Amino acid sequence: MVYSYYPGCTLKTKAKDLDRYARASAAALGIELQELPDWQCCGGVYPMAKDEIATKLSSVRALLSAKEQGNDLVTMCSACHNVLKQVNHDMATDENIVTKVANYMKLDEPYRGETKVIHFLELLRDGVGFDELKKHVVKPLKGVKIAPYYGCLLLRPGKVMAFDDPENPAIMENFIKALGAEPVVYAMRNECCGGYATLEKKAIAEKKATAVMDNAAANGAQMMITACPLCLYNLTKNAQGGVPVKYFTEVLAEALGVKEEA
Amino acid sequence: MENTNLKERILEISGVNPRKCMKCGKCSGTCPNYDEMEYHPHQFVSMVEKGDIEPLMKAESLWTCLSCFACVERCPRSVEPAKLIEAVRLAVIRQQGANHLKPQDIPDKLDEDLPQQAIVSAFRKYTK
Repeated sequence: MVYSYYPGCTLKTKAKDLDRYARASAAALGIELQELPDWQCCGGVYPMAKDEIATKLSSVRALLSAKEQGNDLVTMCSACHNVLKQVNHDMATDENIVTKVANYMKLDEPYRGETKVIHFLELLRDGVGFDELKKHVVKPLKGVKIAPYYGCLLLRPGKVMAFDDPENPAIMENFIKALGAEPVVYAMRNECCGGYATLEKKAIAEKKATAVMDNAAANGAQMMITACPLCLYNLTKNAQGGVPVKYFTEVLAEALGVKEEA
Repeated sequence: MENTNLKERILEISGVNPRKCMKCGKCSGTCPNYDEMEYHPHQFVSMVEKGDIEPLMKAESLWTCLSCFACVERCPRSVEPAKLIEAVRLAVIRQQGANHLKPQDIPDKLDEDLPQQAIVSAFRKYTK
């Protein structure tokens, strides 16, 4: 299985663990992730304005590059995934944006959202299959109670992201089960950690992230997992509570027995 | 005070039709940052509809909206209040000299673990 891969800026710097454990795990599962040449930062948040083109172009370039290679495009970071998927939706549905982008980029053929954007978790669920994943687990994480933290960006807006049921998701719980661990279901798993507000007013992120962690801890979580570097930051630096937080790729690499070599 | 031009501009930027709103208040009820806003998501919808936009342009709420899409997801009428908040925020920061976050503010906010994602996201939201 060959896929184009968009790592995103943070995976090259503060979130190297999210990237390297993903690459080691993919290799162990026979998945080839081909990093896109010359990708640019997605901007971190989806530009909602209907009249903005420039802020969507870096995403379009990545989507177009994957189209040229004839591959589905795999993302790892929740934020990149949200931005690329929402921009791709614009390119498939908003003729005004399609035309302006084609004019701006001098495209012979307009880009119309042909590339399929899939998060690595979706690839594990739909491409590999959790039953198949389970067969590759050599070090099952027996007895570990793991709280999956979805946050906002993987799930919403549900109609565009189509990742899972936005109010009652199961993909990360099933992922945790496939690794032999026990998922902790808690109410705040899809509520906001405070996000970029940590730069505007740290108290906001402290309050939001603490509420999420408290809720996970109250339901017996020994560990939390996330796909988002900013969620991980807010939960480790801004939350009171002390539950360890890891990237989902780290527990995956551990269960697949490739963590040490990653 | 009604400002028709500004209202038209906000509607155009956002692509939102506030008249779809049935005033159930679910957007504000589900907003995780309700306590940090003087104007709440449902008020953005009703005030934009009335053309009463100047107070929103001065509102602290523009900077405390987390863009978590909870109001977008949970609105039973698909009004998408977050897009209106974004449009008002843009109407402010697209003005000359009205950037809310300046590059020189960043060094004091850095710590060794802060992900780049936080910085690029904040610039997208607070600066043009």
